[in-house]
Amino acid sequence: MKSKLFGPATIAALVFGLQPVMAQTPIKIGFISTFSGSQAAIGEDMRRSVELAKEHLGGKMGGVPFEIVYEDDQFKPDVGKQKSEKLVQQDKVAVVAGYIWSNVLLASLKTVTDEGDTILISANAGPSQIAGELCNKNFFSTSWQNDQTPMAMGEYLNTKGVKSLYLMGPNYAAGKDMLAGVRRTYKGQIIGEDFTKWPDQLDFSAELAKIAAAKPDGIFIFYPGAHGVQFVKQWAQSGLNKTVPLYQVFSIDAITLPQQGELALGTLGAQEWVNDQPNEQNKRYVADFKKKHGVYPSYYGAQSYDAIMLIASAAEALKGDLSNKDKVRAELKKANFKSLRGDFKYNTNNFPIENFYIQETVKDPQGVMTVKTIATAVKDAKDSYYEKCPMK
Amino acid sequence: MTRSRFVCLGPLRRAAGERASKREHEVDYLLLQVLNGVQLGLLMFLLAAGLTLTFGIMDLVNLAHGSLYMMGAYIAWTLIGWTDSFMLGVLLALPATFLLGVVVEAAVMRRLYGRDHLDQVLATFGLILFFNELVRAVWGPAGKSISVPAFLARTVEILPGVPYPAYRFAIIVVGAAVAALLAWLVARTRLGMLIRAGASNRRMIGALGVNIELLFSLVFGLGAVFAGLAGLMAAPLSSVKIGMGDDILIVAFVIIVIGGIGSIKGAFVAAMVVGQIDIVGRAFLPDFLKTFLSTSAASSAAPAISQVLVYIVMAGVLVWRPTGLFGQRT
Repeated sequence: MKSKLFGPATIAALVFGLQPVMAQTPIKIGFISTFSGSQAAIGEDMRRSVELAKEHLGGKMGGVPFEIVYEDDQFKPDVGKQKSEKLVQQDKVAVVAGYIWSNVLLASLKTVTDEGDTILISANAGPSQIAGELCNKNFFSTSWQNDQTPMAMGEYLNTKGVKSLYLMGPNYAAGKDMLAGVRRTYKGQIIGEDFTKWPDQLDFSAELAKIAAAKPDGIFIFYPGAHGVQFVKQWAQSGLNKTVPLYQVFSIDAITLPQQGELALGTLGAQEWVNDQPNEQNKRYVADFKKKHGVYPSYYGAQSYDAIMLIASAAEALKGDLSNKDKVRAELKKANFKSLRGDFKYNTNNFPIENFYIQETVKDPQGVMTVKTIATAVKDAKDSYYEKCPMK
Repeated sequence: MTRSRFVCLGPLRRAAGERASKREHEVDYLLLQVLNGVQLGLLMFLLAAGLTLTFGIMDLVNLAHGSLYMMGAYIAWTLIGWTDSFMLGVLLALPATFLLGVVVEAAVMRRLYGRDHLDQVLATFGLILFFNELVRAVWGPAGKSISVPAFLARTVEILPGVPYPAYRFAIIVVGAAVAALLAWLVARTRLGMLIRAGASNRRMIGALGVNIELLFSLVFGLGAVFAGLAGLMAAPLSSVKIGMGDDILIVAFVIIVIGGIGSIKGAFVAAMVVGQIDIVGRAFLPDFLKTFLSTSAASSAAPAISQVLVYIVMAGVLVWRPTGLFGQRT
């Protein structure tokens, strides 16, 4: 009796009976970011952009409705790994996207891509390891490799004739990549370098006194989010803003500017996306975002929007069926979607080949602090690690 | 002969002059870094003072002390917005944090005095979560910023040709004044006498008919004011954000352990020591390491080492004096 109950006919009936239900099961996408604590503002910007992407897509990908499961990494690698595991094992999401922090991403990578055999799309972090020897067929980036943005800044400083530079950044995976990046392209003299404790060092008085004594032509910093706010304020209060110009990556943006205010006016930075990028999809994104939230979006948001649009492009091509991983990977690799930065191609290591721009901190006509593009630093840039990646 | 002497002396004299001016620069630089350490130490002292009082007198482990630091900053941000004046906002924020301290004491802490430390840790950890969520609900997840008031948004020359941020200098002045006030309060007043008595033997002062409830309430409120003052003074240097007190609280605990639990003098000395250690670790350690390590190894090792330096000192002090530098209880 028992064996008959689970006989082939019953199973077949069950499977066929379930199939229509399966087709209507929404596509599940996991999204990891920081939604609590001092860096919660970045996560909020990303969430708003993901929701905007969902709205622009009408809540459907390839005709199938989709839902986003947000998880908070609390700005901690161990928590990020736990939450990634939960998304893959418990929620069984098709894709895990997000990740602001390189150390969180590095801790979570294997959990998602290997143990879970699930696609991971980084919407921000780009540690050198994943571009090189740890590269993975299940990993895609809608941002950049960490070294690239500071490399663009270094190139620009060469053309500007800045003769000496003092480097500062936090002592973790991304900080090391960023400072290595500017070292790689900058041809002037580097007269000092400081790594500061991450994430708990918020006072930079000792380092600023060193800079004042070293008298460089410029300071280069990488201090994302709340730390960027601190650095810029203390740099201005020390009086160094009158003598030593500040060049930055990821330290002055739509998230930090409301707090940095006019202290940041005139500073230069590098970025792969700026809110004034002239393509149609970007104009719509920025306008709708501002209308909804009253503030400018940041690159964190733009990259998150792109991550959702990238998934949607694969779902569109596969008519909403993301079950065949090989097909999904092949579709993602085409990058066949309207990116907010304009079209880009994927390199062999699944990092974008893209342009980098120089942006200046200005006031918009309404008097709101923002950034605007003033130059193209590098075109179609590839990162420096892809040759170490075994994928071809 | 004379001519040749003339020829040599010129460059020599110039070199001597350069050496002297370089040494002068080094002295200026050293002074700046010492001041940075003092400023950092005073801020941490304000936080540690309240912590050591509540721990020493009430035998209360208050993990939520950092939340009072955060609330001080948020309350000041709101009041500065309302009054449109930095000084007025700050002056109003102080009694407001005192009131908050008294309310928290009456609502939560009072129930915890008789319980063991584990219960207190659990309950006050809950308070941290409560305050962080409260701030998110009231002020939102994004950080706020308090600008340095116009009259302090410049540099002062502490020595001719050596500029120092006026605001940081003001922190030193206020911090030193509060430390002096506290020293007077503890050493010369009746309240101070009760505080000292409470730190040495809590049960005895209760037996002597002192109104313990009022004393505890006052001490907790006082601790809250100092924590709030530290928070609002630190705010213009950094930003007002959720969880801003949580990181600094750990250092404050280290300070009270080094100084001896319950001792204001100990907290002051330990805060000064920790402030200087922190600055030395950041200002001089990298250069020192570079003398025998590669540049990149030195610059990534230095922050890691300076981070543990404070704990090494704490461990050393505890081996030498298990109750801390000025600890009274055994």
